[in-house]
Amino acid sequence: MAALLASLRTPRGLIVALILLVFAVLPLLTQAFDQRYLLSIGTRIVIWSIAAISLNMILGYGGLVSFGHAVFFGIGGYAVGILAANGLQSAWLQWPVAIAASILWAALVGALSLRTRGVYFIMITLAFAQLVYYVSAGLEAYGADDGLNISRSRFPGLIDLRDKASFYWLCFVLLLGTLWFCGRFANSRFGFVLRGAKSNDQRMMALGFPVFHYRLAAFTLSGAFGGLAGILLANEGAYISPAMMSWVKSGDLIVIVVLGGMGTLFGPLYGTIAFFVLEESLKPLLDLVHKGWGEYWQIVFGPMLVLIALYARGGIDSLLGRRHG
Amino acid sequence: MVEPLLHTDRLVKRFGGLIATDTVSIDVRPGEIHALIGPNGAGKTTLVSQLTGNLAPDAGTIHFAGSDVTHLPTHARVRLGLARSFQITSVLREFTALENVALAVQAHAGHSFRFLADVRRDETLRAPARQGLEAVGLGARAGTLASVLSHGEQRQLEIAMALAGDPKLLLLDEPMAGMGAEESQRLIGFLRALKGKRAMLLIEHDMDAVFQLADRITVLVYGRAIASGTPDEIRANAEVRQAYLGDETVEVA
Repeated sequence: MAALLASLRTPRGLIVALILLVFAVLPLLTQAFDQRYLLSIGTRIVIWSIAAISLNMILGYGGLVSFGHAVFFGIGGYAVGILAANGLQSAWLQWPVAIAASILWAALVGALSLRTRGVYFIMITLAFAQLVYYVSAGLEAYGADDGLNISRSRFPGLIDLRDKASFYWLCFVLLLGTLWFCGRFANSRFGFVLRGAKSNDQRMMALGFPVFHYRLAAFTLSGAFGGLAGILLANEGAYISPAMMSWVKSGDLIVIVVLGGMGTLFGPLYGTIAFFVLEESLKPLLDLVHKGWGEYWQIVFGPMLVLIALYARGGIDSLLGRRHG
Repeated sequence: MVEPLLHTDRLVKRFGGLIATDTVSIDVRPGEIHALIGPNGAGKTTLVSQLTGNLAPDAGTIHFAGSDVTHLPTHARVRLGLARSFQITSVLREFTALENVALAVQAHAGHSFRFLADVRRDETLRAPARQGLEAVGLGARAGTLASVLSHGEQRQLEIAMALAGDPKLLLLDEPMAGMGAEESQRLIGFLRALKGKRAMLLIEHDMDAVFQLADRITVLVYGRAIASGTPDEIRANAEVRQAYLGDETVEVA
């Protein structure tokens, strides 16, 4: 608690506190200013943040560039959607099944891909994600390419996910839980092994760590949280489609983590906020300049990324001054 | 005769047409310092890589502490008590000196599938790590990032990491490489103090160090062990003198 209060005195701590405070009361703000649309963007930012944090576990702390992370949006989402379409709407059933499916898939992909390095690792994770993508696009019973409208998960008597504000707060609480876990994880024995292996895996093996096992565990853990984000994403729009897990989404997640600051606790959060805010503001701005240009907002976003890559290696997080501790 | 701690039996490693390890049988007894010398390209590092499990031999066996480890992965050999330092300094550059050694301690403190407790406050790891740093003379640099340490200090850190798991055998791959005379002498003193408590296989170009420290010496030339014996025997061996030592090196001892 004392450490928490002390961290509030640094600019970095203040910014984090401010962001979390705004997030905590967002539904009240959007209601007060009658901006329903903003709440939907806020909800997506929170969900994507969970996914970005989960990718950061392996990409940032583990140095493993997984180029198929959006597949967990798909697996989490489709598990919920397929069960819902078959009349099984209880979240108590859907959510554990969705997480279990994500864990199984992550363990399988990890067991094969983690035997490779560098570009091969990137290609294998991408290939497995594409596999699931095309399978989902072939599921005629569940909308194939077009996707499927689903009814939201039910927590009978507890919370109604159809209520936008309640759903938002549920996502926010889950984001806090994910942040809490990731903060502990990063400085745990496990986290140090993972980070040590990123720094010098030969050395870690020579010290006696079976590095592969730890990486596989991290990959699986990351998949579990990714699946959680998928569950939430399907419930947010009451809709699932293969597009949830297109490789472009996987690329966006990497961009978000790099933009925010790899291997930092709050980097993925900064990255997600920056990504969505830029998208939502650049689009109308460019449309003002010339109707239809908004679609090409990444023409402006791209060079910004290049600048970050060239001059701010640590991403947005590094722009907030020195980290302490 | 004491049971050897490490024993290789007719180890062979080929790279295409080149025989890098040619039916090498060596042993290291508990508590002794066994030096492995030989000119560049003699196959010393290839031999060490097979002992650590980074390379698989084409033929022959390796026994360590009573079990056949020929096909065990690196981390399993380390668990049995076989630690190494690297020829080219290999530390975790983004971590502090203390964290480097604490991780080495952690490697021997059971599994690391612990996700919540803060390792930075874990005295069961940090206290022995601090002791290890003190022992090699790096106590004052505990909080310094490994990447900032001088070359000599990084070499010392390597030794502290290798010793952290209380290994039975230390494989020291050119521990004095790139060290100044004074630093070398300090390290020699430190290793000599360890003698008797821990077995060491020392690969070293510094003949001064080798003859000061070694109980036995094996000479490797073109992948073959051409001689093995006490420093006096090696110094007197005509074949060794011709193949490797050269006349001016002999006066060193």
